[in-house]
Amino acid sequence: MSLIEVVIFSLYIFVLAAFVGYQLITRVPNLLHTPLMAATNAISGISLVGSMVAAGTEHGTVTTVLGTIAVTAATINVVGGFMITDRMLKMFRKGPQK
Amino acid sequence: MSAETTSTLIQLLYLAASVLFILGLRGLGNAATARRGVQLAEVGMLLAVIGTLMRHEIISYTWIIVGLVLGSLIGTVMAISIPMTKMPERIALSHAFGGLAVALVGISEYWHHQHVGEAMNNLQITATGFEVLFGAVTFTGSLMAFGKLQGLLPGAPMTFPGQNALNALFVVAALGLVGVVIASQDTQLAFWGLCGLGLLMGVTLVLPIGGADMPVVICLLNSYAGLAAAATGFALKNNVLIICGALDGGSGFLLGMMMSKAMNRSFSNVLFGAFGKVADSGPKKAGTASGPAPNEGSIDDAVEILGSAQKVIVIPGYGLAVSQAQHAVKDLANVLQKKGVDVKYAIHPVAGRMPGHMNVLLAEAQVPYEQLFDLDQINDEFASTDVALVVGANDVVNTAAREDPKSSIYGMPVFNVDQAKSCIVLKRSLNPGFAGIENALFVKPHTMLVLGDAKKTLLNFVQGLKEPGGH
Repeated sequence: MSLIEVVIFSLYIFVLAAFVGYQLITRVPNLLHTPLMAATNAISGISLVGSMVAAGTEHGTVTTVLGTIAVTAATINVVGGFMITDRMLKMFRKGPQK
Repeated sequence: MSAETTSTLIQLLYLAASVLFILGLRGLGNAATARRGVQLAEVGMLLAVIGTLMRHEIISYTWIIVGLVLGSLIGTVMAISIPMTKMPERIALSHAFGGLAVALVGISEYWHHQHVGEAMNNLQITATGFEVLFGAVTFTGSLMAFGKLQGLLPGAPMTFPGQNALNALFVVAALGLVGVVIASQDTQLAFWGLCGLGLLMGVTLVLPIGGADMPVVICLLNSYAGLAAAATGFALKNNVLIICGALDGGSGFLLGMMMSKAMNRSFSNVLFGAFGKVADSGPKKAGTASGPAPNEGSIDDAVEILGSAQKVIVIPGYGLAVSQAQHAVKDLANVLQKKGVDVKYAIHPVAGRMPGHMNVLLAEAQVPYEQLFDLDQINDEFASTDVALVVGANDVVNTAAREDPKSSIYGMPVFNVDQAKSCIVLKRSLNPGFAGIENALFVKPHTMLVLGDAKKTLLNFVQGLKEPGGH
């Protein structure tokens, strides 16, 4: 692919994903907005993908150090974000306690 | 496996991960399916990590494992130990981590290309520029938001003359630097300047925004973190990053819009209006000579009113989180419900310090979510309600929003608590709320203010209602 084709292709993905995101998020009730933010926060930990490459490519000390810090920060979000989302969602109950 | 097979497999794993993330967000559309949805997203993340570990660029796993283990430990401790009342702080802090990770990935990419003297193509350098800018703004901006929520920084808007002009100048300068970096990526000074300016902008953009506007700021930072991740995806030609970034960026932006709308203000007004700084309408202080004094009541007065009520609507606000009164509210509701009283909860979209903050606190206290109602679901019911019990909420019950065109919150949708037969307001002190605006509700004839810590007051109500002949 030429560079411009890559740009257009990536833009397609971005715009369509943003559209799907809009449709999905509008359907999330106010009740669940805090778990939603915690969950999207965990999902944004996908930057882990880039961080791991930086930490593991052995491109020199600077890259490895920055990559390792990035992996740590992203993992905090992934692990912490998903755990805390689940902790919250576990508490939501429809009817009175039996 | 041949290199091609491996790379195809990795792409398929990324595709599966993207689908699972979308299904996960779809699950969050309903409380009954939400947990399952988040579990799907967790599987998606696992697949994405496995796919990345298979990539041929990765030579050494040592530091990846160090980061993964360290991050898991810190993440687990934070997830377990943080109380629900501190959820906005925790979300702000995690946006800071997200921004940091993305900015560091961008910097290390740039560093590597400079180091080996290999030029990035125009797409890579453009995306890396925005990635670093958004990442840096998100990092310091989120730390500022955290500081404000945690009380390390003053919650009031901190403004200085020409601050909007300065921020506008910064935005122009940042875009200019991105331009310079694209035009000549060997100009390292421009790249490092961009990083520094991004860090500075995070501070100058968030400092002027008041504590009560934090829900919008947190949403916006969520959005920036997403855009930064999407930029990383453009730079690394990685679709799963683009998709997650778009989902996240869109989600944050949309939530921010909803919050602004619920305050009847524009996005730009929240971000650049330094709300609460110049609340100059209405009486300066309730109870001064200019207006009638608020009607204060004792615990016994309130217990008497509650004791003869048939229908009670509770309106929680940030004060509930501050005083950690969610369990006390539930205790009171239990006592009332045992006597056959109809108890409901009215939750304003901007109650608390982040979207849905109150819902989570009440869920923690085991209030069934069937009893929680949104603004438009319940606002017509106040006219047929005996007691509207306001627990630490302020602006969302301020009748000035309906009645006083001079008020800075005029036009904001608020609960019609003044239509209830009585309105009991639990408040720490007579000081104006976080938005710094006088509350016109407090001087209405049917309103009774009970001053003191909300949790203690509520427990006293419970005690009073339990005593035989307490009403």
